[in-house]
Amino acid sequence: MSKLTPALNKSDHVQGNKEAYIVLVEYGDYQCPHCGQAYSLLKKIQNQLGNNLLFAFRNFPLAQIHPNAIMAAIAAEAADVQGKFWEMHDVIFENQKKLDTSSLLTYADDVGLNRNKMEADLNEPELLARVSRDFENGIRSGVNGTPSFFINGLKYNDPWGHDELLSHLEKLINQPR
Amino acid sequence: MLQIGTQAPEFNLFASPNQKVSLSDLRGRKVIIAFYPADWSPICGDQLSLYNEMLSYFRKENAELIGISVDSKWCHFAFSQDRKLHFPLLSDFEPKGSLAKAYEVYDADEGECKRVLYILDESGIVRWSYLSPIGINPGADGILTALEEMRNNKTN
Repeated sequence: MSKLTPALNKSDHVQGNKEAYIVLVEYGDYQCPHCGQAYSLLKKIQNQLGNNLLFAFRNFPLAQIHPNAIMAAIAAEAADVQGKFWEMHDVIFENQKKLDTSSLLTYADDVGLNRNKMEADLNEPELLARVSRDFENGIRSGVNGTPSFFINGLKYNDPWGHDELLSHLEKLINQPR
Repeated sequence: MLQIGTQAPEFNLFASPNQKVSLSDLRGRKVIIAFYPADWSPICGDQLSLYNEMLSYFRKENAELIGISVDSKWCHFAFSQDRKLHFPLLSDFEPKGSLAKAYEVYDADEGECKRVLYILDESGIVRWSYLSPIGINPGADGILTALEEMRNNKTN
């Protein structure tokens, strides 16, 4: 079974309880419609599992079929520089049909990011490198499409509809350990 | 499946409506051959789109990627344009599946290629292979690891 490489570390964007027994990592593409569906259902699952879950997001833009995916990923990383990764992550997924650069800048305004800093950071090579590193690590980890999920470090290959994923995670939480 | 160390069978198949590609055209480079069941099917589409993002990684290892299925050249042409693929898809169309049979990856019940990866070295010798369950997209980690091992074995 494919293993998450590198394991969760401090450069990851995480949400939830850092001590949680369940660590769910998504490799996603902001322009991928399936990732858009996953975004909504993960919000629900995060609410349902509360403190039992730590969620992390890594970039896996498929740039040939999704020409705005890399720029959207950079925009979220640029928001992270200003301490608002998740706000930007959310607004991008909520508007994933319109991800051209000027729309991304508008979303950045909406979440209260500094416009000049944002514009400069969209061209920051280090942020592009970060996105590419995520992609390459994803490949090494066995990511074969988006979204791909890793649960406690192992690739999850079963269906990820809300009910399936939730019951899988609940089983893990409730199993003796 | 062909055994590791055997010479891969030659081919000369349509890669576009008016251009053919031979294995011997690719001598001097490693060749990644992805046999797959069908254009337009969901899993094949994901698998090929993924590899399409990885061409720069493959080229760093002096490796060319080709996809092969039994679909016709016009079907490949439309599929390739739709997915913006930047590597050739070869048509094992007439006689249907004959190359897949030579590479021992033909599924006669389905009338399609199995989902198989081969990596050939610069002389066309099979160095790595992988048979994926038909419903599972094998990703690219196996290919990258195999290419790196081939590079390391050569320098050692």
